[in-house]
Amino acid sequence: MRLIIFILGILSITACSELGVKPWERNVLARPEMSLDSAPLTSALDDHIYFSKEASSGGRGFGGGGCGCN
Amino acid sequence: MKKHQKITLALASATCSLINVAADVQAEESADLGDWDINAAVLYYTESDRVSAFEPVISAKKQINDDESISLKLTLDSLTGPSANGAVPGINPQTFTKPSGSGSYTTPANEAPLDDTFMDTRVAFNASWEQELSRMTRMTLGGNFSKEYDYLSLGVSAVVAHDINQRNTSFTTGVSFSNDTIEPEGDIPTAFGIMQPAGSTQPRQTSSDDKTIIDVLFGITQVIDRDSLFQVNYSYSQADGYLTDPFKVISVVDGTTGLPIIEDATTNLSQVVYENRPDSRAKHSFYTQYKRNFTGDVLDISYRYMFDDWEIASHTVDFRYRLKTSETTFWQPHLRYYQQSEAEFFQPYFVSGQQPAEGSDNFYATSDYRLGEMTTYTVGLEYGEKYQDYGWSIAAEFYLQSVSEPSVKVGQLAQQELYPDVDAFMLRFNYDF
Repeated sequence: MRLIIFILGILSITACSELGVKPWERNVLARPEMSLDSAPLTSALDDHIYFSKEASSGGRGFGGGGCGCN
Repeated sequence: MKKHQKITLALASATCSLINVAADVQAEESADLGDWDINAAVLYYTESDRVSAFEPVISAKKQINDDESISLKLTLDSLTGPSANGAVPGINPQTFTKPSGSGSYTTPANEAPLDDTFMDTRVAFNASWEQELSRMTRMTLGGNFSKEYDYLSLGVSAVVAHDINQRNTSFTTGVSFSNDTIEPEGDIPTAFGIMQPAGSTQPRQTSSDDKTIIDVLFGITQVIDRDSLFQVNYSYSQADGYLTDPFKVISVVDGTTGLPIIEDATTNLSQVVYENRPDSRAKHSFYTQYKRNFTGDVLDISYRYMFDDWEIASHTVDFRYRLKTSETTFWQPHLRYYQQSEAEFFQPYFVSGQQPAEGSDNFYATSDYRLGEMTTYTVGLEYGEKYQDYGWSIAAEFYLQSVSEPSVKVGQLAQQELYPDVDAFMLRFNYDF
């Protein structure tokens, strides 16, 4: 766990620090459709279908579960 | 003041690493303080000759003040229709006992056996509370409740997100815990117990069992430029307890002819044994998502690699392109590709004499195709309209599961399709109030 935090920290300090925008340049990123999960209900319905039909789940968020379908 | 609050919320939303916890984080631009921001959706899912599902869901989010919000979500899920019981097809009709033990169903010759007694309704409720801990740090606490006729799941989760680098970089860490209890119709079968004729005593061990699932997630979200951002997540999931499907069986066949062994000639009951899976599973997932704006159109692409200690590994690629056709309308094609390898204990059938003895808890085998080598494809198209105060969309999707046949099939099984393709059609309607 510490290793992962360390790697993420290094990434952010090095490569990622070259990326990004100023606060006043966020007009496009602030649009709802630019959210990483811009349709949460759709994602939740999709995740539930695939959770019950395939051997993998999660990734975007927690692995799901909560139903006897798999 | 209100305008300032909205800008603050918009900035927070754009940099927030959106984690799909209990109640999902909604786009916050439209959230005014004190108002409930309500979204609803309904999904109809139907497989050819198999399961159908109807699933309405409604979520509501309220911004209590500048740095605090609550979210609630209610999901109903109604399932009906036959599903594969795991047995192989035969050249003669086969009879199987229902899970309850009090009746039976018959599968026609040369068809994959389907249990047509499958029917369930699920109610799920999720609640979460999001609180700003400091100017750059947010915490979300969630609780989940899900109840079916034979299944109960209770869960809690916590996620902390921290922004640095002028909110261009967000770190997210989260943990969730759930405790699930299953109390199946007809009780929990004994591992590799042989199914008996309806009305006879079935091989059962207990009436209920449970499992715990702990998920841990680390993520980083990075803004690249004015039009694009990406996210990388690693998640670990540890499940312990009863991970077997109590309704799945494995056929016992003759080693030469491949014909299912007859357990009871009077009822034409085929010899099948109940499956047994390990009582723990550790999954690792790497997930990355990239999103880019092209003059109003939005590309959304993600890839996930998962592997676990059941020797299953999978690749998932998801592609969406939101095509802006006017200021208020859009079309969005969706493609998804998924491929998985089979579990190390995947066993399509047993040759007679090689099946484990009843009660062999330390031997694992399943013929559930969902743990077999499989490729799935999704093709969909969505149309939506979005206005200042509301929006709606409708989507149609086609889903195909293609399962690999075993490399060795004895006798008549060589002429049979053990795992026919499963195709499904989905229709989804979303409405944002």
